[in-house]
Amino acid sequence: MSDSAKEDIQLLIEDIHLDFGGLKALNGVSASVRKGEIFSIIGPNGAGKTSLLNCINRFYTPSKGKILFEGHDLLKYKPHKISTLGIARTFQNVELFKYMTVLDNIKLGRHIHLKSGFLSGGIYYGKTRREEIELREEIEEKIIDFLEIEHIRKSIVHTLPFGMQKRVELGRALAMKPKILLLDEPAAGMNLEETEDIVRFILDINEEWGVTIILIEHDMGVVMDISDRVCVLDFGEKIAEGKPDQVRRDEHVIKAYLGQADLTLSRLGA
Amino acid sequence: MRSGDFKEDYIKDEAIFQSVFVKFWLGLFFVFLVLFPFAANIHMLYIANLIGFAVIGAVGLNLLTGFTGQISLGHAAFLGVGAYASAILITRCGFSFWLSVPLAGLVSALAGFLIGLPSLRVKGLYLCIATLASQFIFGFIFVHWESMTNGITGIHIPPPSIGDFKFDTERKFYWITLVSVILAVGYARNLVRSKMGRAFMAIRDRDLAAEIMGINLFRYKLSSFAISSFYAGVAGALWVSFLKVVTPEHFPFLLSIEYLAMIIVGGLGSVLGSIFGAIFMTLVPETLSVLSDIVKEMAPGWENLIIPFKEVVFGFLIVGFLVFEPHGLVEIWNRIKKFFILWPFSY
Repeated sequence: MSDSAKEDIQLLIEDIHLDFGGLKALNGVSASVRKGEIFSIIGPNGAGKTSLLNCINRFYTPSKGKILFEGHDLLKYKPHKISTLGIARTFQNVELFKYMTVLDNIKLGRHIHLKSGFLSGGIYYGKTRREEIELREEIEEKIIDFLEIEHIRKSIVHTLPFGMQKRVELGRALAMKPKILLLDEPAAGMNLEETEDIVRFILDINEEWGVTIILIEHDMGVVMDISDRVCVLDFGEKIAEGKPDQVRRDEHVIKAYLGQADLTLSRLGA
Repeated sequence: MRSGDFKEDYIKDEAIFQSVFVKFWLGLFFVFLVLFPFAANIHMLYIANLIGFAVIGAVGLNLLTGFTGQISLGHAAFLGVGAYASAILITRCGFSFWLSVPLAGLVSALAGFLIGLPSLRVKGLYLCIATLASQFIFGFIFVHWESMTNGITGIHIPPPSIGDFKFDTERKFYWITLVSVILAVGYARNLVRSKMGRAFMAIRDRDLAAEIMGINLFRYKLSSFAISSFYAGVAGALWVSFLKVVTPEHFPFLLSIEYLAMIIVGGLGSVLGSIFGAIFMTLVPETLSVLSDIVKEMAPGWENLIIPFKEVVFGFLIVGFLVFEPHGLVEIWNRIKKFFILWPFSY
């Protein structure tokens, strides 16, 4: 790795160990994510992909290891403080606020950037009112417009189809003004058209907004198409990392996926 | 004729009163509230005052249970804390009523803050039991801390006054109640559409995701407990100043259940729902007593059967609403509104 690449490293994961009782979910995983790239994590079910994201979010505390984000030691932060550093995330099974409108969900993404407290919020005059209206304008113009969800802005989230919910969740994460976005299977359970939409959004977010993206995804077509680098996990260990082309030809990777070369190659899109 | 509800900018869409029609009807309702004491008799005014206190208490409980999702079975205890705090401040420390009410709210908020502490560890049914404990702890204190509370004999409270003007009748007290209710409801309505209220609802709907959004669960859950108890404390303080006496019997466990019933019947997670619920639940016992009077005339002796029915009716109402209209009276109201928005051409 050249020096310039080293300077660009935004998120450094070093030798992470995580175990639940006797089960080793992560066993010495290291990775480094560079600023502005799309970094994908793939691997069979139960490989520890989501566990790794949960460590970054501080839902889990690794028993050993270090996670540095722009020089901050994440393990010293509480879960609700992680977002203030500029780390946003979506979940595998949509974790939206079900009984609130789309608009309120996205507004909640901006929570950390708002200043009103329990007094000013209750009086709702002057600064607070201006803040709320500015918030609405920004959300409408930057997020609702971008994600093409104008028609559902006042719908209650749990009444929406799954694909739309995923899109709203992406919107909520974007409202946090993130520097890095952790996406946990954004295309899971979607049809081809919806997948294409989501991929288009991810690419736009990465290129136009300049947000670094960590992507967990099972759709190999998507992963191989849009990733700058791919990291492969299996049984809590990293077995490969590199450009999509390198990874798809890697012996260990092929072995981990089904163990059969022919089948795997076709599945990996080679 | 009205053809729908259209808005041209975000300011209008973020407004609290969404259309001219809403403003018009609310204005009319306000005029009614102002004229009411001039037309009503003493009994009606007595009921109106009780409704006012119930509205304040119910809005407070709804902030905690309906919006933040933390079920509390100890709301009456916080009313009691506020009531005793104001009574003691007025009679022993010589505070004026006007200062004692907000202070009583603060004392109650502090109590709510302490009782809320377990909410960080326990959820749902277990939290219910924890708040239930507070009901009995405070109930015990009211009775047995005799040097402060006078035990079961209670404390007599002089009526509030400005200069020589005393708010000593139902008609005069109505104005205090009216202003308090407007402030309480306005504050709650604004709170739930700003940062803090959204954070409350986020905790209710998905606390895990709320934490990812940067919401400090510790701070917001406790804030919710404190604000809710503040409301209860103010409601309690007003109530006992109105009754001119406070005893431990004013705050039984059943009162906590009544408040829960109010917000369930009215609509969880809705400020308007709390108001509907408070009105409805205060009028139920009234209706029953009117009913018993009628029965007394028609079939003397049978009226005694009606009065104990209060609890039974409450029980049936809660179950009935949970089964048939889980979103409460406010949902019925919304349906009626929707019907009339494009009336008579609703297609």
